[in-house]
Amino acid sequence: MSLEEKVKEIIVDKLGVDPEKVKPEAHFIDDLGADSLDTVELVMAFEEEFDVEIPDEDAQDITTVQAAIDYLNKKLQASE
Amino acid sequence: MSDFQGKVVVVTGSTRGIGAEIARQFAHRGASVVVSGRNQEKLQEMERELKEIGVPVLAVAADVGKADQAQNLIQQAIQTFGRVDVLVNNAGITRDNLLMRMKEEEWDQVIETNLKGTFNCIKAVTRQMMKQRSGRIINITSVVGQMGNAGQANYAASKAGIIGLTKSVAKELASRNITCNAVAPGFIETDMTAVLGENVKESLQAQIPLGRLGTVSDVAKVVCFLASEDAAYITGQVINVDGGMVM
Repeated sequence: MSLEEKVKEIIVDKLGVDPEKVKPEAHFIDDLGADSLDTVELVMAFEEEFDVEIPDEDAQDITTVQAAIDYLNKKLQASE
Repeated sequence: MSDFQGKVVVVTGSTRGIGAEIARQFAHRGASVVVSGRNQEKLQEMERELKEIGVPVLAVAADVGKADQAQNLIQQAIQTFGRVDVLVNNAGITRDNLLMRMKEEEWDQVIETNLKGTFNCIKAVTRQMMKQRSGRIINITSVVGQMGNAGQANYAASKAGIIGLTKSVAKELASRNITCNAVAPGFIETDMTAVLGENVKESLQAQIPLGRLGTVSDVAKVVCFLASEDAAYITGQVINVDGGMVM
């Protein structure tokens, strides 16, 4: 499974939304119905799945599907 | 009594006074207890005492007013026991003085240990409790935080702050099945009140409808209740254990 697919799978699982809604530009709070605790848990789930640490300052900027994908790509490339 | 069997309880400031009794009561109810304080000797004594009761015990020295030490306390609890079911923020100090004479350090130290310490520990434990989808946070405030007390502006402010903090945390974490409540002890027989003069004690007793100072056990039992299944629908509340002093 690609990183994008894994990220989308986590989002569908944590937010309980339709996979079709999880488009790259979808905003977790505005479009996918997440509340602030949901976004915290989403970031925690990314950390666990990809075995990375995401500091609070970075977490605050991960507000859309694409932002999550981009951040994780960068983070994982940096650790190779 | 073993309704807390398998539950992990962290009690800050548990080397003496109310905190020590809270730790004891949970131990008697079968909990795995994490005790903490700044005095190494008293900490080891407490660890020995609780081990004799026959439950798993972890002792971690910490000044909860310092964020990294609070983090370390909670991390060690999780590493040792794998979870934290109950966090009792009991660590508290006084540095009494009339406000006009109160030094900056006296203000800062009390706010740091009492209020910031509570914040630090809650922050450190939230992630784990959210993963568990369950948790009980109990903060020890005081009647002084509700009524004020001449000579204790710093203590009163820190304890009143804990009340606002309790309610905010209750609202933030309720959706994850984490409750957060406060217990407000009145005048309880401990080292903290032992230093009060006889006149003061007598005039206090006159203000207390039930006519006596409280015991540490009076307070600890209410903390155990709030941590129990029976209190599952209670959150964001301040429960006074004060013999009717504040109504």
